[in-house]
Amino acid sequence: MPRIVVDVMPKPEILDPQGKAIAGALPRLGLTGFAGVRQGKRFELTVEGEVTAEVLEQARQAASTLLSNPVIEDVTRVEVLEEDAQ
Amino acid sequence: MSVETPLIGGPQPVASNNADNPLNGVRVGVVTFPGSLDDRDAVRAVRLAGGSAIHLWHGDHDLQGVDAVIIPGGFSYGDYLRAGAISRFAPLMEQIAAAAGGASGNARALPVLGICNGFQVLTEAHLLPGSMIKNNSLHFLCRDQRLRVENADTFWTSEYFQGEELVIPLKNQDGQFVADNYTLDVLEGEGRVVFRYVDGNPNGSRRDIAGISNEAGNVVGLMPHPEHAVEAGFGPDSSAKGAVGVRGGIDGLGIFTSVLKKLVG
Repeated sequence: MPRIVVDVMPKPEILDPQGKAIAGALPRLGLTGFAGVRQGKRFELTVEGEVTAEVLEQARQAASTLLSNPVIEDVTRVEVLEEDAQ
Repeated sequence: MSVETPLIGGPQPVASNNADNPLNGVRVGVVTFPGSLDDRDAVRAVRLAGGSAIHLWHGDHDLQGVDAVIIPGGFSYGDYLRAGAISRFAPLMEQIAAAAGGASGNARALPVLGICNGFQVLTEAHLLPGSMIKNNSLHFLCRDQRLRVENADTFWTSEYFQGEELVIPLKNQDGQFVADNYTLDVLEGEGRVVFRYVDGNPNGSRRDIAGISNEAGNVVGLMPHPEHAVEAGFGPDSSAKGAVGVRGGIDGLGIFTSVLKKLVG
């Protein structure tokens, strides 16, 4: 069944305490090549049948109303997973 | 001489048992979601203040004609997705949002208080601006917190005076209040910062904000827990008014008497 993926990221101007903690832990593993980490969320919405324009619009609506909070987060991606399309 | 403290859960006489008390006629609803934690404490706080507390269930469509509503603390829907994000769409929340006068509110509309998770629910429901993210320390914090009342004109703070300080428990993980600078300036300019943290900012909240109100002042949200500081024997070990006995702090009681007295007029 096809899936629509929705990515949500904390807004750039919002401090991301979780990302900061992860960034602090990486050097302890000897992984020193990263200047920063930001942690977001990925949702996979499984669709029964075909992904019509209407279903995709519903996914966008879900992304902006429930899956993200526009005060602190941006929806950075709403699209059908390529691997499911084949 | 030992100080006598009541047994936990022991039956204490509460003011609302007294039918002569005029506040007894005020009915304050307390909403329970799956995962609510402090609903029973809020019910008890209303009764100790002299009012009548009504249990409300999140899945119902009926506000049962209550005069005010408290959305209590806890972890509604397990804090899944974001704290308050799923609770916001509960049937009863739609009733509450409409009765409270929507995003701008209405001075004659339903008074609503959101405590901790309830505050988070109110921001997710767009009844209050801003949002809450994880504490800047990333730790769950549990401590007695000193606050200052910045606006004593709301339904929920009228028993305090402007600038009065109180000590009540603070306990949360997602307590860092954030909003853009424009929103923060509007809140400050319109006197909608209702409570501010004193003696250090515990969680990184913008401008030390602990509680805010909507435009009309009928909807208030605050992060710390006044309902845990209403009864001697069960409160914090300290009070902003001076030394108290062990667990003797009752600085939070004024929140509940405020709304009762306001509604009695």
